[in-house]
Amino acid sequence: MNAPNIEYGMLGPILIVLAAALIGVLIEAFVSSRYRYILQTGTAFAAIALAFLQLVLIRNTSSKAAVSSMSIDGVAIVLQGSVLIFGFLGLLLIAERGFQSFTAQAAAIPGSNEEQKALVSGLQQTEVFPLTLFAISGAMLFPAANDLLTLFVSLEVLSLPLYLMAGLSQRRRLLSQEAALKYFLLGAFSSAFFLFGSAFIYGQAGSTTFDGIRKSIVESGGSDQFLLVGLALLTVGLLFKVSAAPFHAWTPDVYQGSPTPVTAFMAAVTKVAAFGAAIRIYYFAVGGLVWSWRPILIAISIATMAIGTVIAIAQKDVKRVLAYSAIAHSGFLLTGIIALSKDGLNATLIYLFTYGFTTIGTFAIVTLVRDSGGEVSDLNRWVGLGKRSPLVAGTFTLFLLGLAGIPLTSGFVGKFAIFTAAYKSGNISVVVAGVLASAIAAFFYIRIIVMMYFSDPVEDGTSVVIPSAMTAATIAICAVATLVMGIYPQPVISAINSLAFFAG
Amino acid sequence: MSLGTSDTLVYLIAIPLFSSAFLLLGGRALDRVGHLIGTAASASSFVVALIELNKMLAREAESRGVTQHLFTWINVGSFQVDATLLLDQLSICFVLLITGVGTLIHIYSISYMAHDIDRRRFFAFLNLFIAAMLLLVLGNSYLNLYVGWEGVGLASYLLIGFWNQKPTYATAAKKAFVANRVGDVGLSLAVMIAFVQFGSVTFDGVAKGIAAGSASSTALNAMGAAILLAAVGKSAQFPLQAWLGDAMAGPTPVSALIHAATMVTAGVYLISRSNFVFDNAPTAQLLVVIVGAVTLLFGAVIGMAKDDIKKALAASTMSQIGYMILATGLGPAGYAFAMMHLLTHGFFKAGMFLGAGSVMHGMNDEVDMRKYGALRKVMPITFATFGLGYLAIIGIPPFAGFYSKDKIIETAFNAGGSKGIILGCVTLLGAAITAFYMTRVMLMTFFGTKRWDAAAHPHESPWLMTVPMILLAIGSITTGFIFSNGDRLKNFLAPVVDKDHHEHETELLAPIVVTGLAMFAVAIGISIAFAKYGRKTIPASAPTDVTMWTKVARRDLLQDDFNESVFMRPGQSLTRVLAFLDKRVVDGAVSGVGAMTLRLAGDLRKTQTGYVRSYALLILLGTVAILTAILVVTL
Repeated sequence: MNAPNIEYGMLGPILIVLAAALIGVLIEAFVSSRYRYILQTGTAFAAIALAFLQLVLIRNTSSKAAVSSMSIDGVAIVLQGSVLIFGFLGLLLIAERGFQSFTAQAAAIPGSNEEQKALVSGLQQTEVFPLTLFAISGAMLFPAANDLLTLFVSLEVLSLPLYLMAGLSQRRRLLSQEAALKYFLLGAFSSAFFLFGSAFIYGQAGSTTFDGIRKSIVESGGSDQFLLVGLALLTVGLLFKVSAAPFHAWTPDVYQGSPTPVTAFMAAVTKVAAFGAAIRIYYFAVGGLVWSWRPILIAISIATMAIGTVIAIAQKDVKRVLAYSAIAHSGFLLTGIIALSKDGLNATLIYLFTYGFTTIGTFAIVTLVRDSGGEVSDLNRWVGLGKRSPLVAGTFTLFLLGLAGIPLTSGFVGKFAIFTAAYKSGNISVVVAGVLASAIAAFFYIRIIVMMYFSDPVEDGTSVVIPSAMTAATIAICAVATLVMGIYPQPVISAINSLAFFAG
Repeated sequence: MSLGTSDTLVYLIAIPLFSSAFLLLGGRALDRVGHLIGTAASASSFVVALIELNKMLAREAESRGVTQHLFTWINVGSFQVDATLLLDQLSICFVLLITGVGTLIHIYSISYMAHDIDRRRFFAFLNLFIAAMLLLVLGNSYLNLYVGWEGVGLASYLLIGFWNQKPTYATAAKKAFVANRVGDVGLSLAVMIAFVQFGSVTFDGVAKGIAAGSASSTALNAMGAAILLAAVGKSAQFPLQAWLGDAMAGPTPVSALIHAATMVTAGVYLISRSNFVFDNAPTAQLLVVIVGAVTLLFGAVIGMAKDDIKKALAASTMSQIGYMILATGLGPAGYAFAMMHLLTHGFFKAGMFLGAGSVMHGMNDEVDMRKYGALRKVMPITFATFGLGYLAIIGIPPFAGFYSKDKIIETAFNAGGSKGIILGCVTLLGAAITAFYMTRVMLMTFFGTKRWDAAAHPHESPWLMTVPMILLAIGSITTGFIFSNGDRLKNFLAPVVDKDHHEHETELLAPIVVTGLAMFAVAIGISIAFAKYGRKTIPASAPTDVTMWTKVARRDLLQDDFNESVFMRPGQSLTRVLAFLDKRVVDGAVSGVGAMTLRLAGDLRKTQTGYVRSYALLILLGTVAILTAILVVTL
């Protein structure tokens, strides 16, 4: 038997990030704590830059790799590029000076003497860097996987570090640990469905590769119960990851409990990776079953938009509002999958790319509003921020308008493209629901803007900290991206359109 | 109609836009000159507009429109949107109004806002508004218009919120926002229908598509209804009118610019611009007429009961825009008259708002007309200019409003059949009520006895404020005659809004009869107002022993109560129920087993909200639902 051929060049970007993650583990083990922070950040940023470079070099590749278990094609490259960019921005936030969002020692019991000691002695959990790199590599593998098993492994590589990272918050440790545990339990639960579904599909198709599944659907006509049950269970696993209703319940708790830089990272990177994988499955692997899955996704999309937008109105915590907003955005993104057309594919990728910048920027701002006890996420204490810190409030307004999809922000371009694609494919109900939901959604974004500008500040110790270069750079990059892709999106649209094809 | 190209249109927008950015970014260093820069930017834009008008008049009537391609905004496969500006006969009217009246209001604001420490920022927002409004009327497609549409919305919130940092005003801004968002949904739907039906969102592309018959009448009616919804939100028409009165909380120059002359008339522009849709969508067109007719009476009735001078004027604006919307619903015969009323209204209503601002300026920001009285002696210029605006709005010849309103009444009567008679009577009734409530405003403010507080020392405003008022008053006298003499405006606009040169066949009543009827209605209105407010002394506080009708009118015909009970409360309950379901019901289903666990988990509960097991149950239920659905759908 011949040894399988591995295309190292095509897998390069993923391998580089994975290697850096392993180096990070070694650094934790062998380097004195004084140098860890600098070495970890250096390794992480260098790895991301190298991986991106390699990705640019192979940008015109379109073929299967690693014995057909992966597909390095235009779609994968666009998504991996997005993951790297958002991973980079997320890392900038995580590496913020003094590490103030993260606990000194995650293993210490909250409120114990041990914890106090760790805090005083200046311990730092620099493990977060290799964890982030592992998550990034999983997120890069996820949308490129061309095989159900690879898909499952990458899902776990992406998720496991995130479960840990969610529990690292320095303030409100209980909330953070609870979020981590919830995320882990529910993630495990949905992974089980995912795996079960894969088994069913294998039972019918006799193959776990997407090409094999695709072929078997054509041959069988697609009305086999095993296949349908498998697809339904697989759908549950994916929808959990993108936080679509009714699998969304973990999102607000986890978004709220995690350290805000991790929330920012998770919100952008997980969404890109999970929708990337979903696109490959629904467009490529089970595209032949469209009449079975489309009505279900339509119902879920509408329910997700409705729940996300309506419940967001009742929230009083800025991170929970943004979590429900993320849920609503999943509903909007599902319309791109429902479209099942080249337009829908382009639109989904554009939407993901624009959304990532805006959402990271939003959470970056949340890290700045603090009082003596840490971040202030209670909306009532954001009142009058426009008076106190016009620049921060102004930038936050820009991001909120972007999330609301107001013209001249990138959010409008994404929303317009995705709704138009869905409309063209004849799925009008979901578009009408989407337009209505965006109108309702605008209400709670604007409520925050109104709070910041139209009310007098209350003196309660809330203030905006001056960001270090890293957070400032993140916010600036995100703000510029939100604005430029709203006013002149053409280069990005053209690039994505010309790249976004599946390898047959 | 062939379109030439131009490369100077962009300056119209670029000048105020850059000025706005410059003033905002320049910071405190520009505080001393900010207002001058802002005013100069607006004035320069006006000069560019005059040059463009001059160039336009030099061209043949059929080829007066010009375009300027800026860049390709979105290009997704078969779908392309260009950022292209279009200046034709319809848009030049708006451009001149926006920059001309806008500049006068800039000048007025220099003095009006003199004591505000943030005057520079105010001017930056004014410039931003001008730029957005110009983009709205200069876009060559529905999508470009949409950008300006949102832009004016944003600028107007900034301007309303500028002065008012109290929470009550935040509610007002929110109300305006909600009404506008409902309208925006209409515009987004219209854009999408246009794209799907015609593969284009440019005005030209849609018009050609309709001419080629590529859309069913259902689609056209749907598009027309969606456009109407957008117009209703932006122009404060029934049933989305409730926000306009509250928006009066903003500085008075803002009310004059945004809530009288320009932004609120964007709906009239949108419908006139979409004439090719409505002319082929009779049902939608009928809806337009109904909305216009209802609003014109609705606003007028509210106007009768208001004691707050700005709110009375706001109600009047609502009613006058009702006239315009009604006229646009009358088809090719009406567009030009709607535009004419829009332009004359821009002059006299802006003038009256500035007059109201001048009165408030002299009266320590008092807005209650019951505390005014006999101001004509102490504020002669304000009295004279306001008085000319008054004569114009009630339609006394030869003032501007006479020509434009008379034409609308005449066209309404000529709409044919019972529709014509009903509409004619509604517009006549509206004219009578307008005469009544405007006379009431005049009498309560400028005549009668002094009812001022001891602390008030009313005085005439400085020349920077009076000069714009005088110029607008001159406009209120002359514009009507200029526009209507020899059907000048109608013929000018015909290539855009009336391409097939419809001739009026039916003539129910001779023009002179209509004029006579209108004069009679106005006379009745004035007499009643005199009888009620001219002879008797006016109590300093509003009488409470009034009929139910008056009470209802004072409460804005219950519009807020209606919104609250029909939309807001159910909406809030829905939100609460959903949030409750999301958190508790699934929870309850599981925790019904034992309250014991609940107590044990009490610590967790203090910080967090839901149980993992209930989330997991939700996932399980969802899975079962999906499984069932996929099998039912397929097998």
